[in-house]
Amino acid sequence: MKFVVTAVAFGLVAFTVAAHTNQAQAQQITGAGSSFAAPIYSKWGEASSAATGIQLNYQAVGSGAGINQINNRTVDFGASDMPVPADKLTEHKLMQFPTVIGGVDIIVNIPGIKPNEVKLTGPILADIYLGNITKWNDKAIEAINPGVKLPSTAIAPVHRADGSGTTFVFTDYLGTQSPEWKSKVGASTSVSWPVGTGAKGSDGVAGTVRQIPGGIGYDEAAYAEQNHLTTVMMRNFAGKFVAPTMAAFESSAASADWSKVQNFAIDLNDQPGAGSWPIESATFVLLPTDPKDEKQSAAVKKFFDWGFTHGSDIAKSLLYIPLPSSVHDAIRAAWKTVPGTM
Amino acid sequence: MQQAVALTGSSVARRSRPGDPIFAGIARASGVFVLLLMGSLILSLFIGGLQAFRRFGASFLVSTTWDPVHEVFGAAVSVYGTVTTSVLALILAVPIAFGIAFFLTELAPAWMRRPVGVAVELLAAVPSIIYGMWGFFVIVPIMSQYVEPTLIDTFDGIPVLEDMFAGPPFGTGLFTAALVLTVMVVPFIAATMRDVFETVPPVFKESAYGVGCTTWEVMRSIVIPYTRVSVVGGIMLGLGRALGETMAVTFVIGNSDHITANLFGSGNTIASIVALEFPESPAGSLKLSSLLALGFILFVISFIVLAISRTLLRPRLKV
Repeated sequence: MKFVVTAVAFGLVAFTVAAHTNQAQAQQITGAGSSFAAPIYSKWGEASSAATGIQLNYQAVGSGAGINQINNRTVDFGASDMPVPADKLTEHKLMQFPTVIGGVDIIVNIPGIKPNEVKLTGPILADIYLGNITKWNDKAIEAINPGVKLPSTAIAPVHRADGSGTTFVFTDYLGTQSPEWKSKVGASTSVSWPVGTGAKGSDGVAGTVRQIPGGIGYDEAAYAEQNHLTTVMMRNFAGKFVAPTMAAFESSAASADWSKVQNFAIDLNDQPGAGSWPIESATFVLLPTDPKDEKQSAAVKKFFDWGFTHGSDIAKSLLYIPLPSSVHDAIRAAWKTVPGTM
Repeated sequence: MQQAVALTGSSVARRSRPGDPIFAGIARASGVFVLLLMGSLILSLFIGGLQAFRRFGASFLVSTTWDPVHEVFGAAVSVYGTVTTSVLALILAVPIAFGIAFFLTELAPAWMRRPVGVAVELLAAVPSIIYGMWGFFVIVPIMSQYVEPTLIDTFDGIPVLEDMFAGPPFGTGLFTAALVLTVMVVPFIAATMRDVFETVPPVFKESAYGVGCTTWEVMRSIVIPYTRVSVVGGIMLGLGRALGETMAVTFVIGNSDHITANLFGSGNTIASIVALEFPESPAGSLKLSSLLALGFILFVISFIVLAISRTLLRPRLKV
């Protein structure tokens, strides 16, 4: 009995000492924002802590809330799916850089239609969400789908009801395809939808589309893939119809011209390239250029440097597209504006 | 203190133990605390919404636009959705709840009263997110495949009804939200009604039976008049829950920014739009201010409902 007690006591002491030494080595960094990027950041956090000694505490509170928190400096970095405009970056003394890229899939529920059997174009998609096209056998859709038997079912457009970076990417894409969409609705994390029904979260959109015959919706590629949703082919900038595959997402990321944009605020929608998927976007991180503690900003840079160097395979396994390595180098160069040496 | 010492030994001393003033103080503080809490809540919502009220003025109340891109906000759609779903839910819930309470207090055999009573109380304790998921995965498919197509076909061609029950059958919408709310508020109202029906002194009811009243006549002429205030209180409790319900409604209402006479159409409520839009509203933005203004309006609606129920009751109370 006495032995057991002694052993437990020793164990406790050893544990406490171990925990202390561990804490002394590990540096805590905190981030908040984009829920779209949360899976990759937490996976990178787990995988990198042994090599870098950095422990990431990331809260997926939504892009808007993430921007609020970094503006108030309550976290070490903020994360947003929507690039922050240059004047806001200057006003709040922030530096912005992308981390990974994600595609957005179009999902449908048309009786008797298999995945990637139906082809759609940007203008048709905009007309569906504007309420101009209301039946699946509309002439415009039939014209580009010869040989596909489309039913007369009413189209039921489904959109995200909560504010979401995915909605920003989707509405921004529709704006590039339809002047009417651009002037009437615009692009944001939540918009005033002319028609359709709203559902909460990616799972809500997928569930609603699955339940309504004739339903159409949009979801992150990773989510659509994991849940085996019925996707469609889209016509890209080059005029080719492509299916939402990893190769198509990568082609789009590689085709983009990163050199011309300021603050890396690139719009990856509707990029050239015969194999490019037209709807995708980067997700961004915001770092203060006047950090309270330079050690913290240095650790954030170190963390993402690890992600850029070693995290590409993890990103691909989660269906995110890593940035081109030239962009990685450009970001590393831009980090010089943020105090704190790695 | 001196007084207390002086009084020691007299018969009054028992009433002035130190515990009494402490208890009175705590009780008074609790009362004042509620007032302060409510006051500060209203005030902070109003101050938060001031930016929106200033910008849009009275048109905030009647504008049906909710456009985050162009920063034009109005409350009419969510107010309409909130009031429609809650009132519809009450219309459906009150008769059911009355039936349950009537059955439990007057008709049910003794062995059934406990299990049914416990079931009602248990339903009232179920978290609202459960009702939301149940509504989305069970009620919505049933509505979209069976109930809505049938009703749409049945009322097709009949004026007014034709517009109230129109397609396409999404399954989600105001009517489904009202149905889920009904299920949520029935236990509240039924539990309150049963409890107050049981407070009616048996001698009243027995006298009525004695002069030859039927069970229904006893209910209508003795039990209901005797318990009217508490019954209305129970209904108001249910209405309060329906007005402020967030998650369950968000799941099934369809969340669109349009006013429609069509009960199968999508809409939103104040609580659902606040829950959905809040995370994406930057601090100090007009959108955040509009959401807080919506919260203030919900407060005012609840207050009006309470005031109306009080005034409705007052003249009869004097009799």
